[in-house]
Order: sequence, then C-alpha cells, then structure tokens
Amino acid sequence: MLAKRIIPCLDVARGRVVKGRHFRNLLDQGDPVQMAAVYAASGADELVFLDIEATVEGRDTLIDLVTEVARQVFIPLTVGGGVRTTEDIRVLLRAGADKVSVQTAAVADPHLVEAAASLFGSQCVVVAIDAQRRGQGWEVLTHGARIPTGLEAVAWARELSRLGAGELLVTSVDADGTKGGYDLALTAAIADSVRIPVIASGGAGGPADLVAVLTEGRADAALAASIFHSGRWTVTGVKAELEAAGVPVRR
Amino acid sequence: MIGLVDYGGGNLASVSNALDFLGAPWRQVRCAADLLATDAAVFPGVGAAGSAMNRLRSSGLDQGLLEFLRSGRPYLGICLGLQLLFQHSAEDDSPCLGFLEGEVVRLTTAEKLPHVGWNTVAVARPIPILDELDGAYFYFTHSYAVQPSNQRLVGADTDYGGRFVSVIARAPVFGVQFHPERSGRDGLRLLAQFCALAAARMPANAG
Repeated sequence: MLAKRIIPCLDVARGRVVKGRHFRNLLDQGDPVQMAAVYAASGADELVFLDIEATVEGRDTLIDLVTEVARQVFIPLTVGGGVRTTEDIRVLLRAGADKVSVQTAAVADPHLVEAAASLFGSQCVVVAIDAQRRGQGWEVLTHGARIPTGLEAVAWARELSRLGAGELLVTSVDADGTKGGYDLALTAAIADSVRIPVIASGGAGGPADLVAVLTEGRADAALAASIFHSGRWTVTGVKAELEAAGVPVRR
Repeated sequence: MIGLVDYGGGNLASVSNALDFLGAPWRQVRCAADLLATDAAVFPGVGAAGSAMNRLRSSGLDQGLLEFLRSGRPYLGICLGLQLLFQHSAEDDSPCLGFLEGEVVRLTTAEKLPHVGWNTVAVARPIPILDELDGAYFYFTHSYAVQPSNQRLVGADTDYGGRFVSVIARAPVFGVQFHPERSGRDGLRLLAQFCALAAARMPANAG
C-alpha cells in the first residue's frame, strides 16, 4: 500500500536554513546538510529545499548545497525558489535534485510547466501554489505570497495538471506560520480536482494536524517545517502518531 | 568495475552518488565497447521509452546491451532500465530491447497516476539483491510496469490498487521498477547486495 509521505521543508538563504519565509527577520536554524541527514535518518520520506531569497548570487550557493546533500542523503530531494527557466531546472537536476519546484514563473509563463515536463518528465516537475481564502474559494499569490494574481486556485491546479505538472505543493497563506492546522478545505478541494499527488503545506502545529490533512484533507503528503526544526517533534515521533491513527506510513 | 549506462537522457547523479557512498568503483559508459569492457552494469533509465530507445539505437548501445546481457554478467536495470529489457512498451508504442519476453503496459488502477511515493515489495522467492528486504518500502515514480510472459521471472510485486511486477530476476540480470538510489537505507542495502554480486562476477547459471 502506498504510504503517505512526511516531508520536512528547509527554507534556505545564503547556505543556511532559516525561519521566516514570509517575513523579513530571518532566524538562523542550522546547517542544511546536517539537518537533511538527521531528517533522513529519522524517517523523512522526502526533503524540500526552498531558496527563499533566490538571488542570482545565492544560486551558486544553492547548487553547492544540493550537490552536497545529494552525496549524503538518499531520499528524494525537491528544490525550489527563483526557478525561472528550463535551464535553471536542468542545473538543479544535474546537481542531484530529483524534482524542481516552480511557482511564480509558472504563473508568468504556464508554458514553462509544459516545456519542463516534456524535457525532463512530469515526475520531476512540482508546481507550488500559494493560495489565500477569498469568499468561497482561494486566490493564487506569487512572489513569496505578496502579489495576488486573480487566478482561482482550484482552476489553476487543474490547468497545471493538464500542462504536465507531476505534483502540486499547496500552501495555505492563511494557515502558514499559525501552527493552527492545515487548510483542510483548500487541500481537499484541490486533491479532489486533480489526478496528481498533492503535498499540503502551511499550518502544521503537531501530529494531529498531519493526520487531519492526510485523511480529511485528502493530501498525499504533508510538508512541515517549524515543528521539526524546533525539535518539538521528530519525524519518527510524528509517524508513530500517524500510524496509531491508521494512516499508512513508511516505518 | 561497474558501468553506469549513460544514453544521454537520464540523470546519473543519484545513482553515482549512491555507488560512491557504498565505495563501489564505477564509470560512465556511453558506447557498446565501453559497456562490454565492464564487469557489471547499472542502467538507471529515466524518461520515456521511445526517446530512450532512439538514443540507444543511434549510439549502438542497444546491441551492446544485448551482448552484455547475454554474456552472463550482473546487470541492474532501474525503472526504464528494467522496462527496456522487454519486447515492447505501450509508452510511445515503442519496441524495446527484447532480451526478455513480455510487454510494458500502463498500470491498471483506480488510484492516481503516476504512482509516486513509497510502497512495499512482496518478495516472491529468494533473490540475492532482495535479501532481507521482503516487505521493505521503496520509492516509486512511474505509470508503466512490466508484464513478463514467464511468471517465473517475477522477483517481487507491489500493490497499488492492483498488483504489478516491481522486481524481475533472471540472475545475474535484475530489474527494479522503483529507485533504490532514492530509497534510503533499504535502497542502499539493495544496491550493496548488487555490488557484492558485481564484485564476485557471479556466473549466469544461478537463477
């Protein structure tokens, strides 16, 4: 039986893991290579690295980091942040990323998703959607959740699936950073509208939130950052809780 | 020396990183002559069957692979490197190498496709590369799977809304549908067990 995936997310800037994705004041959380190895040993099913500054100068540091992690960690690695072209994707895949996440560039040019899928295969094309509640639906935001796009999130998810995206990484901007639980309605609405895996993100405060989004929220995978970085929960500990709740996980 | 087959379509980094981690000597092979000079081969295919076969044909690696496979040296095909061993793939309606009899078909399941994530293997019989790995989780990402004509080639199968063949074994030729190089500790164990066969240059009559 296919296991639900637990994915620690490491936001990186200038070669360090930081906290504060949508804020200015970045707190240093540690060394990404070391943290990746610890999470992998603790049972993480996959790791996501997001370059939150995505500056041109930071790109080489990111590539070195991916190269180093890929030498030591043998679980799937997804890398994103500032990915604009198929060449950016090629460079990250060559460095050892298994999948590359695109977001803002996919909104600006949906053809990028199609081109990447046909060049490298859908399996390595993850599209991130930052969505914020608007009445009965959700609007897609870009540029680090600062710029509204006018796109409706569920319709956008369907379009991405049609263009060849392999997975969707869906972040609730409302829930992100609150530790009050994932946006289950958003995740379920998207998971029910597409036939590709959905990774839920934003709002994890503890194992009960992961249980909820992997059952009621119908997500295939749950991404979390601060509950792991703070040391409050290990991946092993979260998986034990998931297993006790009847969620299939890899042990 | 293990030859890592590079047909210009796949990404070798994760497999070569895993072999380095295990301390197994390897080198990239891009033509039949280089392949036939190695003791064992790993073929980490990524991408679609049709374009992979075209690239193999244009470099002569298709004939090189067949000769290598018939020579009784250890071979490990990963994902597409497993599928191409068979006669035909429904992906791109492409002819394949035809070393083994059977077809590559789209998975029949009510579940989402591609099948992405960690799933278990049920080992059918003792297979050297799967020693102590019955029930282990491996990382999959695919929409197609092999259907061998000869069921005795099945080394393990996996359930995804219906069972499909996830490992083929005709020792010393093996093929796995999942990605051992991305499957954590158990994936490294499988690769280490293959490397041990490679180091021993196991004869062809063991399966």
